[in-house]
Amino acid sequence: MIHAVSALRLAGAVAAAKAVAGATRVLRLGGGTVLPGRVARWLFPRVLEELTGALDPVVVVSGTNGKTTTARLVARALEVAGLKTVSNRAGANLQAGLVASVALASDLCGRPRAQAAVFEVDEATLPAVLPVLRPRVLVLTNLFRDQLDRYAEVERVAEGWRRAFARLGPTAVVCYNADDPQVADVARLAPAGLPFGIEDVSAGQGALEEAADVRFCYRCGVAYRYSVVFLSHAGHYACPVCGWSRPAPCVRAETVRLVGTSGAEVLLRWDGEGFVVRSGLPGLYNVYNLVASAAACRALGLPADVWRRAAESVRPAFGRGERLTWNGVALRILLVKNPAGFNEVLRLVVSEQPRSLLLAINDRTADGRDVSWLWDVDFERLQGLEAHVTVSGLRAEDMALRLKYAGWPEDRTTVERDLARALRRARDRTPAGGALFCLPTYTAMLELRRVLFRWGVVAPFWED
Amino acid sequence: MDLVLVHLFPDLLNLYGDRGNLVTLRERARRRGIHVVVKEVRLEDDLPADGDLYVLGGGEDRQQALVARALQQHAGTLRAAVAGGAVVLAVCGGYQLLGHGYRAAEGQQLPGLGLLDVTTEHPGHRARRLVGNVVARCTLPGVGSLVGFENHGGRTRLGPGVQPLARVRVGFGNNGHDGTEGAWCGTVFGTYLHGPVLPKNPRLADHLLTLALRRRHGDVRLQPLDDRWEEAAHLAAAARAGLRLRR
Ligand SMILES: [Zn+2]
Repeated sequence: MIHAVSALRLAGAVAAAKAVAGATRVLRLGGGTVLPGRVARWLFPRVLEELTGALDPVVVVSGTNGKTTTARLVARALEVAGLKTVSNRAGANLQAGLVASVALASDLCGRPRAQAAVFEVDEATLPAVLPVLRPRVLVLTNLFRDQLDRYAEVERVAEGWRRAFARLGPTAVVCYNADDPQVADVARLAPAGLPFGIEDVSAGQGALEEAADVRFCYRCGVAYRYSVVFLSHAGHYACPVCGWSRPAPCVRAETVRLVGTSGAEVLLRWDGEGFVVRSGLPGLYNVYNLVASAAACRALGLPADVWRRAAESVRPAFGRGERLTWNGVALRILLVKNPAGFNEVLRLVVSEQPRSLLLAINDRTADGRDVSWLWDVDFERLQGLEAHVTVSGLRAEDMALRLKYAGWPEDRTTVERDLARALRRARDRTPAGGALFCLPTYTAMLELRRVLFRWGVVAPFWED
Repeated sequence: MDLVLVHLFPDLLNLYGDRGNLVTLRERARRRGIHVVVKEVRLEDDLPADGDLYVLGGGEDRQQALVARALQQHAGTLRAAVAGGAVVLAVCGGYQLLGHGYRAAEGQQLPGLGLLDVTTEHPGHRARRLVGNVVARCTLPGVGSLVGFENHGGRTRLGPGVQPLARVRVGFGNNGHDGTEGAWCGTVFGTYLHGPVLPKNPRLADHLLTLALRRRHGDVRLQPLDDRWEEAAHLAAAARAGLRLRR
């Protein structure tokens, strides 16, 4: 009767998670995904394993950037294919967040009200949850420098991944970014790999960015040579010593046409098939998310057309370029988390030639407490832009100083610690009908969301 | 007036935005009309002997092991440059390599340059990393407080041949025990402070620039700059560490 006892404990854990989630919502504590998960795990440590055991397929997406969007694309494809799918919310990607997401999507006996699951998982947490989630498909997006105060080093995350592959099921497929040399190298240890990447060299930028974290061959310790770089250290590379080079991708973007902040047009090749997809997700980084999700769908055996319909229906989420209008001004909010992502967002923003920009930098745990990373972002790229920059957040002064040393004129910078006031001042600098670009770190984005909700610009809870 | 800045291994030791230190030195010299030449040294390059100021950042473990080997080949050149009055600033991993040596978490021994009388040991991955905001009182005249962010596993002990760069007010410093942060001796400076350290500590940046210029240009005195934004960032960083400073 072990099962009866387990079932009872599982039901208790699920009920507790629901109760805690309800209470945090009533008390307006916001978010409400971490505490319920913690309580459930405390009551029943095996809760995640039990709750996800009946789900099939389970897809796990991990990596530094692109987790949220890639997971949304895959989940949408599963829904288009007619499978009810459970996902965790953006940011709730540590163990407690996963538990809460599934518990809240289950009935009181712990039976999930879904068939399939797509989880985005924090890259450092991945080794711990792989044996529990036993995914059919694992998607690895990229490995960039992130919040260094938490993980110390990209190399250590890669080591964790290498060890984690030993615990993957024998039929699991690892979809990996062939253009990221470190991810591709790690994936050599995967039981079955499905590489994806970008083929269109005209979408590249020629040389490695000044701030790119150079990657070194795992065996030779020598820096890779690139024939083209797409973003940060992702591109077409080879080791000059041992000759190991980028694996040829099975799912690939053959031509890429970026349409500013409105989206991208991609000719995708999947086995022999080629077809054009028109996506509303802007920027080259989203092209990687599109190709990653296509690879996952191919690994799941979904028809190409299902993926295409899903990809064309996904709109940018809040903080990912969602199109908002506020007092006659177009508001574009683009989350910035790390140098690679920030550089991509800057490239996108500069292409739109805005007149007003808001940079909101916090240094809470979820943002990364060390703001040194701002110096690895190429703000020099803003030179020549006819814009006024308002800086805000707990580290507004650091941001202002970084701009000064990037050659940005001091008389076109305003420091305003308070985010609501900063938003108003940045709007006052935006011409009517123009666009205001807001670039917040993670907790600054949540704060921005609360302010805009108070002002009636956005709905209270995040939906897709 | 001219100044030669040498950036050692920018591709290997560029963790935690350390290139900001180089940008700061370069810009603060340029604003005073000083002609600046920046020389970047990569693994396979020779080390220029004519540098006025040498800068080393921090790197990941693997990179640091590569750099430790390469540095041994440059030891003679760097020692001669320092003997001739050149300034060295090393941060975190670079700082550890300026000492007698570094014992890594797995027990592996990396040789140091012996330019600073300090020794570093990593107590193993089970020991806590020393991570967080730092506010410290600098021992150099006229510099005052230092602010930054530390993130290191290694514990550094100072020998009698160096002075601590600063006394910790908030944070761990060299080893979390003796209240010291960084070390200096003559014209060689080491610190655990990221942030990066120089933009928000402009007085320390100017101290290094002054020493470096004096090597070839006599008794240089730098004209003051408008440092309102630098000071504002300094005070804001201290406030995030829980200290209200006055400067
Ligand atoms: Zn190699």
